Amino acid sequence: MIKTSDLVFRTMRIDHLPHIWCPGCGNGILMRDVAAAIDNLKLRQEKVVIVSGIGCSSRAAGYLDFNTIHTTHGRAIPFATGIKLASPELEVIVITGDGDCTAIGGNHLIHAARRNIEITVIVFNNNIYGMTGGQYSPTTPAGEWGTTAPYGNIDRQFDIPQLAADAGASYTARGTAYHTQQTIKAIQDGIAHPGFSLIDCYSPCPTYYGRKNKKGSAVDMMKYQRDHGVPAEQYAKLSDEEKTDKFIVGKLSQNEYPGYTQLYQQLIERSQERSQKKVYL
Amino acid sequence: MKKNVLMQGNEACVEGALKAGMRFFAGYPITPSTEIAETCAVRLPRERGVFIQMEDEIASIAAVIGASVAGKKAMTATSGPGFSLMQENIGYAALAEIPCVIVNVQRCGPSTGMPTSPSQGDYMQSRWGTHGDHPVIAVSPSTVSEVYTEAVRCFNLSEKYRTPIIFLMDEIVGHMREGVEIPDAETLEIINRPYSDVKGISKTCYHVDEGEWVPRMLPFGEGQRYNITGLLHDESGFPTNDHAAAKKLMERLMSKISSNYEDIVRVEELLMNDAEISVICYGGTARAVKEAIFEARKYGVKAGMFRPITVWPFPEKELYPHLSRLKHIIVAEHNNGQMLLEVQRAAERSVTVSFIGKIDGTLIRPEEILQKINEVQHDKNQ
Repeated sequence: MIKTSDLVFRTMRIDHLPHIWCPGCGNGILMRDVAAAIDNLKLRQEKVVIVSGIGCSSRAAGYLDFNTIHTTHGRAIPFATGIKLASPELEVIVITGDGDCTAIGGNHLIHAARRNIEITVIVFNNNIYGMTGGQYSPTTPAGEWGTTAPYGNIDRQFDIPQLAADAGASYTARGTAYHTQQTIKAIQDGIAHPGFSLIDCYSPCPTYYGRKNKKGSAVDMMKYQRDHGVPAEQYAKLSDEEKTDKFIVGKLSQNEYPGYTQLYQQLIERSQERSQKKVYL
Repeated sequence: MKKNVLMQGNEACVEGALKAGMRFFAGYPITPSTEIAETCAVRLPRERGVFIQMEDEIASIAAVIGASVAGKKAMTATSGPGFSLMQENIGYAALAEIPCVIVNVQRCGPSTGMPTSPSQGDYMQSRWGTHGDHPVIAVSPSTVSEVYTEAVRCFNLSEKYRTPIIFLMDEIVGHMREGVEIPDAETLEIINRPYSDVKGISKTCYHVDEGEWVPRMLPFGEGQRYNITGLLHDESGFPTNDHAAAKKLMERLMSKISSNYEDIVRVEELLMNDAEISVICYGGTARAVKEAIFEARKYGVKAGMFRPITVWPFPEKELYPHLSRLKHIIVAEHNNGQMLLEVQRAAERSVTVSFIGKIDGTLIRPEEILQKINEVQHDKNQ
């Protein structure tokens, strides 16, 4: 077991810490989980790229000591697609939020999943727009509250891993800020998986989501994750009634569909054959 | 060896880009630029480059910037509606200093407009389309041969100044087929972005050395670790709220273009030496203008054509020497008067400026320009 400080010194830009996140926010824990997963896989720092969009989650890129790029709102996935296709040997990891990934960036999410491009998307899902001060997001449950849902939210919420899996993602998992070991494992497996991976990580936001929805303190929100997140094998044994307020922590789906850069390499070889035959098409 | 081929403008754009070293294209189908994507889809895999059709134009420009960060010369191509969608990320590339080329084969607008009809309605958008202040280089070719050579120059400018370049084509040159003389490869200058050899963590990746204009960061994956952001940043590449650092960055972004005006700006002057009437035009419009100029000369009218090839920055310094001699300027463009505003600004009321334009999807015909020349000639003689 490595000491936290060693990991932080190895994988983070110490001179840019402490981070900007609020007390009680889950993003710091999840960022450490991402760093631990990369560290466990012994990936070379110069071969890891962290791509982020805009929002609370996306500030993580600046703290991590790899090739990092903080892009535009919603567009981290297509930026990552360009990087991965240009240099398939790079390990490209996207850190994004629920709004960034599934509202403004929703179209990019489903198409990257459909292509099954070999990138890993880690969603710091806090069920709210935090950076702008508490507006409802695509993962704010119906009936809950946000500054732009003063009479209650009537939008239904996305199940992000389900959305990604249905669109073609070949690895999906869920983590939480509470379930550190399971979340590190899920991220690690996602990075190692040779296809599009998505890990949806619940991140408590006591400042906006919690306060607006009477979820109690940061500790109360962590306890909720502890009491409601269960491993898949345990979840399978629950009755339908017991399942209603529980969710699976860990791997949700995986398949062996070939990755996009692998298919693109084959396409290049096919084009070379045509080229030798001197035919235009 | 020089080679003569029959080629479409959109195809020439791809061939020029490939010659310049373009090895990544991301795009989305849109008339009248689609042949650029189609040609890239055929050609790039054979060069072991990447072609990808993205889900929209926003994703296309994002992927292009990503590929450039990873060291590839990258391009996208679109038309009016797609160009509008790309604006935010063009601003990102300008601020983060990521080289790339954005081709806009202009079509009649606004909105969906008339997709197969010619227009030059995006002249101002190419300069002012993004939010915030940053300089823009935009280049507009008027022949298929020039599409080829200027595509090469666009990549060179992009690499040299680490900035997005707008290759402002129009439906006329994009869809036209004509004979092209492919220049000898040895005669073409190919410029690559400057690199440093710093390895490991770089805390000064956006530092610019004395006498240079752009930072020298290595592509991602080559051993130099740094941060790129669309937030205003200091030399370390990290966001800053320090106004002095913001000022320093913004002033350098402005001056790397303005201080290199001579290197960036290119114009064509036709019979301008003794011209009293000058028609100012760019892109496909120049083809009709040339014919009108030659025709007017037959009647002894001292007419000439002044054609910006680099349309942004506007080549005002090239225009100034003519102003004392010119009695009249006619601006001809396929819009409601966009470069007209730049010409009026540059002429500062010293020369009468009139306008001939089209916004109905039809072409300005040589006889219409000739008629305008006759009108102003008549005014001049009164």
